[in-house]
Amino acid sequence: MGLFDIFSKNKEEKLKEGLSKTRETFLGKIGKAIIGKSSVDADVLDNLEEALVTSDVGVETTLRIIERIESRVAKDKYVGADELNRILKEEISSLLLENKSAGINQFANSDMPKPYVIMVVGVNGVGKTTTIAKLANKFTQAGKKVVLGAADTFRAAAVGQLKIWAERANVPIVELGMGADPASVAYDTVEYANKNNIDVVIVDTAGRLHNKTNLMNELSKIKRVMNKIIPEAPHEILLVLDGSTGQNAFEQAKQFTSATEVNALAITKLDGTAKGGVVIGISDQFKIPVKYIGVGEGIDDLQLFDREAFVETLFERL
Amino acid sequence: MFESLTEKFDRAFKLLKGQGHITEINVAETLKDIRRALLDADVSYKIAKTFTETIKEKALGRNVLTAVSPGQLMVKIVHEELSLLMGSENTEINLKGSPAIILIAGLQGSGKTTFSAKLANYLKSKKGKKVLLTACDVYRPAAIEQLKVLGEQIKVEVFSEIDSKEPVSIAKKAVIHAKNMGHQVVIIDTAGRLAIDAQMMDEISNLKKALNPQEILFVVDAMTGQDAVNTANAFNERLDYDGVVLTKLDGDTRGGAALTIRAVVDKPIKFVGVGEKMEAIDLFHPQRMADRILGMGDIVSLVEKAQEQFDEVEARKLQQKIAKNQFGFDDFLAQLQQIKKMGNVKDLVSMIPGMGKAIKDMDIEDDAFKGIEAIIYSMTPHERKNPTILNGNRRKRIAEGSGTSIQEVNKLVKQFEDTRKMMKMMSGGEGKMKNIMRAMSGMKR
Repeated sequence: MGLFDIFSKNKEEKLKEGLSKTRETFLGKIGKAIIGKSSVDADVLDNLEEALVTSDVGVETTLRIIERIESRVAKDKYVGADELNRILKEEISSLLLENKSAGINQFANSDMPKPYVIMVVGVNGVGKTTTIAKLANKFTQAGKKVVLGAADTFRAAAVGQLKIWAERANVPIVELGMGADPASVAYDTVEYANKNNIDVVIVDTAGRLHNKTNLMNELSKIKRVMNKIIPEAPHEILLVLDGSTGQNAFEQAKQFTSATEVNALAITKLDGTAKGGVVIGISDQFKIPVKYIGVGEGIDDLQLFDREAFVETLFERL
Repeated sequence: MFESLTEKFDRAFKLLKGQGHITEINVAETLKDIRRALLDADVSYKIAKTFTETIKEKALGRNVLTAVSPGQLMVKIVHEELSLLMGSENTEINLKGSPAIILIAGLQGSGKTTFSAKLANYLKSKKGKKVLLTACDVYRPAAIEQLKVLGEQIKVEVFSEIDSKEPVSIAKKAVIHAKNMGHQVVIIDTAGRLAIDAQMMDEISNLKKALNPQEILFVVDAMTGQDAVNTANAFNERLDYDGVVLTKLDGDTRGGAALTIRAVVDKPIKFVGVGEKMEAIDLFHPQRMADRILGMGDIVSLVEKAQEQFDEVEARKLQQKIAKNQFGFDDFLAQLQQIKKMGNVKDLVSMIPGMGKAIKDMDIEDDAFKGIEAIIYSMTPHERKNPTILNGNRRKRIAEGSGTSIQEVNKLVKQFEDTRKMMKMMSGGEGKMKNIMRAMSGMKR
């Protein structure tokens, strides 16, 4: 199992378990697409299209994958189902590769700037706060000192929610209460980190729909304010996407990126949905790497996204 | 990302000029486009497929009227079918029972707590009910606190038991409390749960058994993708819910999940959430949803609204003015007034095909025109007719008179000039304006 070198057995199991829904349906669908077929004909491609679209890969990416397969089938004189699986796996893997959704293999690197500032953004209800809690936990486990910034001062009880998580993860939190200026909270958090020898700063922000211009501008402001203390901050702008979101995920990625230069993605709730496909579609259409995936409600249920492992998991048992 | 379907259709039919009716061959490309549009809107794959089949059957052999392009006719057929599928007008919620119990269920992050509070607010202010909110999400940190804060905002009592981890017992106590205190409606907010989480699904069905609620509402994020079909089904199997709530519709999602859910569980969508404010709750309008899914710009409603409001004679006069470059601020004002009469400005503008995208990033408030009107009212009649004479002094006076700033006046004048240029361009020859006009007259019923 050379491919899984960077996963401990335990994590690997968890990924499989977490993605089991995705895998079963994805596999099931692809299995159905090619069952009893000895060659790739229009029927097979139609069924394949269905398998991909219903996994939320998105029409555009689906068509691209089908096209690639078509041209390869024409060239390689395709034979059987095993072959198709192999080709499909390669194509999906290469889509992810083009996007550079790999590379990182541990939560904390020794060459991370200090403090390393992460600003977490996303629409309402995607799981930002939970992701932050999980991140805090992971970084702490990796021996880093973490502080949380409660800059979601808008949604009722958001600060309270983050406080509870901070307690559970046993990390400090900077908060100015509900209704406070989010930029001030972010500023204070970074300042706190500087003064207290903190390694990782994670700033929560209020959920906002990406078509609300004012709220999107607010994000730029939060970012600017942190710049004042650390010119490179935030080092990571993490967009959290709900894995069960459909095609709107693309629009979210686009709008948030143009407002705040998102440079990492977290895809959450992949344990409950058949739609791991969104990872593929997003990777195809955006240059932003998928960095984390959420696969459960426990504080440990956050994984670094590993392209190889992900594809392997999708296609295992085929 | 999405061009207007009508445009697509028209392009698909371009080759068929002169053909009087829709045939199997000339419809194939269009059907593909429809299917793609539906999939792009997150309509379930299977439903998109059956839907296009239906459209094909309905469209074949239909005669294309001279006034309508085949593309427009196709849009009309699709629109009719979609509306049919979306269900008839609104279905009220059941408030019989003393108290009436409403159970809220859904996935994590779908917006249950916010909706619970909005519904309480709605029932209190619109229906005059005394409502009790009940916090049964005992898992998510601060979920109870969240409901309490919202309850305070809308002045509705919230029942909770901070130390209890037993939703069923909390809910039962809440109902007793409601009976004692004379609450007419009890809304039970529950934890988010995955349809595949057997334990949590047991919990919610136990809640149902224990409470026997008048109304179970399934809350679903309008942005949900292909999984909507599974989730909606799974919850329905366990709960046999009475209605669906579609949240976060103020985003730019097309909301195909709505169609999917309607088609697979045949339960009415009763409410939609359209913002974070407590008042941002709306009854569901099937028509509007159909339009939105198609992303075609709400041509049909626009036509209807325009017909109601649009005086043809006036229109012709206006066109002449535009052509002669005599379009002044008075005309501009008159246009604004007409638009305002038609309703919500952003909705309206987004109905114009191609405009939806352009204005997506703008925050258009309903009183967006207030400042503009004030500025124009502060101009002299002469200035209104001859905008070119607006020099610095005049602008300064106008700004003071209208209580705005000179920058705002400048901005308006600039916008006006741009509009004038654009209108002139459009009114000439094969411009878009003409197409829009033609579309309007062609679709009279």
